[in-house]
Amino acid sequence: MNNPTLTWNLVKDVHELLVYQFMVNALQAGTIVAVMAGVVGWFVVLRRQSFAAHTTAMMSFPGASGAALAGLPTALGYYLACGIAALAIGRSGGASRRGRSGESAAVGVVQVAGLALGFLFLSLYSGVLEQLETLLFGTFLGIDGNQVLTLAIVAVVVLAALLAIGRPLLLSSLDPEAARARGLPVGLFDVGFLLILGLTVAATSQITGALLVFALLVAPPAAAQALTPRPGLSLALSVVFALLVTWLGLGISYFSIYPLGFFVTSFGFALYVAAKLAHRTAAALRRSPRADEPMAATV
Amino acid sequence: MLAHEFIRNAYLAGTFVALACGLVGWFAVLRGQVFAGDALSHVAFVGAIAAAVVGVDERVGLFALTLGLAAVMAGLGRRAQANDVTIGVVFSWVIGIGVLLIAVLSTGSSGGDGLIVANTLFGSIFGLGMGQSIVAAAIGLAVVLAAVAIARPLLFASLDGELAALHGVPVRALGLVLLLLIGAVTAEGTQAIGALLVLGLVAAPAGAALRLTSKPYLGMAFSAGIALVAMWGGIALSYVIPSLPPSTAIIGLAVGAYALASLASNIALWAPPSQLRTRETMGKVHSS
Repeated sequence: MNNPTLTWNLVKDVHELLVYQFMVNALQAGTIVAVMAGVVGWFVVLRRQSFAAHTTAMMSFPGASGAALAGLPTALGYYLACGIAALAIGRSGGASRRGRSGESAAVGVVQVAGLALGFLFLSLYSGVLEQLETLLFGTFLGIDGNQVLTLAIVAVVVLAALLAIGRPLLLSSLDPEAARARGLPVGLFDVGFLLILGLTVAATSQITGALLVFALLVAPPAAAQALTPRPGLSLALSVVFALLVTWLGLGISYFSIYPLGFFVTSFGFALYVAAKLAHRTAAALRRSPRADEPMAATV
Repeated sequence: MLAHEFIRNAYLAGTFVALACGLVGWFAVLRGQVFAGDALSHVAFVGAIAAAVVGVDERVGLFALTLGLAAVMAGLGRRAQANDVTIGVVFSWVIGIGVLLIAVLSTGSSGGDGLIVANTLFGSIFGLGMGQSIVAAAIGLAVVLAAVAIARPLLFASLDGELAALHGVPVRALGLVLLLLIGAVTAEGTQAIGALLVLGLVAAPAGAALRLTSKPYLGMAFSAGIALVAMWGGIALSYVIPSLPPSTAIIGLAVGAYALASLASNIALWAPPSQLRTRETMGKVHSS
């Protein structure tokens, strides 16, 4: 590959991007992941489950080291570990309905337990887990057609599951009491959503790395929800934002010597800050005398 | 076992860091701020790398970043309580910058970048020198003293912020101080014993203590005590079983304590006495 340079001719630049198969694969994988993360992340932000999302993302470490130890494919380890962590969080969160404090401790405990196991696997494996940096910070090089296919299947499963339970899940996220009164199985939804989240995070972290999933999973939906209170519109915006962040990140990092992770997180962060500022200004304009705190703090 | 210097150092640093984590962790769990501590422990390595890029001592970078970020989180949240989404977005961006700095370092051909990351994320308590462990112990002790000093007002502010504010308790300032204390523990703990251990000792013993008792001061003592026992036991265990890494042993004990405490509190809730309790509460409802 000769040194790619960015020119002012955007069409030519995009054309150059699409010449290489690895870049096409990366764009396909990124697009699938962005759509999935935009939709699932929208519920994560609504349900305030960023910590749970982050914890499942960290499970890619025990997943990868456990898979290395057992001689299984790494991706399988990812999915298994994320699924188990989702169940563990759902189990402890469901068992203790003592609100925020109980849950925050339980999620933290699941995370350290997983990381400690990963560390144990790593020391038992006694080999070098070469992709440690990739594991944490992601890569978009060397994604093959099979991975894209797997991601597509996971995305179809996740989106179909969300489509099936979307409406009741929305109600049980916004108002668990009302949902329970209507006879909806709120506890089951909690665990079911965590499993969906686990799948999504396992898929996303293969592209963005375990530490950077929030660039797609939290920043775009949080920005979307700051901009509009209408569920359908903000869900659509969330997907659009996630796609934008991914495509821009992939495109620019192709032409840059600096890593994808930096661009993706920076775009996500910038988007979030811009959306918050827009929200504050709009709120201030709407009732100019004094903008109240609670409105600004809703998201 | 104590004839080895590295074990003595591990015990010295471990004792005070564990006490600090247990104590600060109790407040973090009570206020639902474990995620803030977690995020701080993950971003700590960025501070170390930034220091390496600029060419100052890595400790300076660690403390500057974790304390600074703790202040930012407190400033963005209501009542100086870091908010879930804000933490997530800010934290991933800081890590993104860390990724950039790693790239800058490695293109600057100084190498060793991966090592810094691995060390700060998974630093080993068995690798401490005499001087390092004394510093770690001193910082741990300072955090313990600070936490004890503000325990009473902080407790009030955590349990009922509105009422505390009415009584003139500086609720926001206390929230900020707690996050700064978490930041200090994280910065010191991360490079001495690894981010994993810090988070484990912040979350698990405190979670266990809050399930065992609802009395605040007893809970703080339990939390610090469990953290200490996990630390001491873990170091000994990993010395006896060489293939067991110290972090895994210490975390294993702490998580075990949490699991036992959850089990115990569940049994206490669901066993026959629970009927008694429901009848009591029902009686209260009826009589009121």
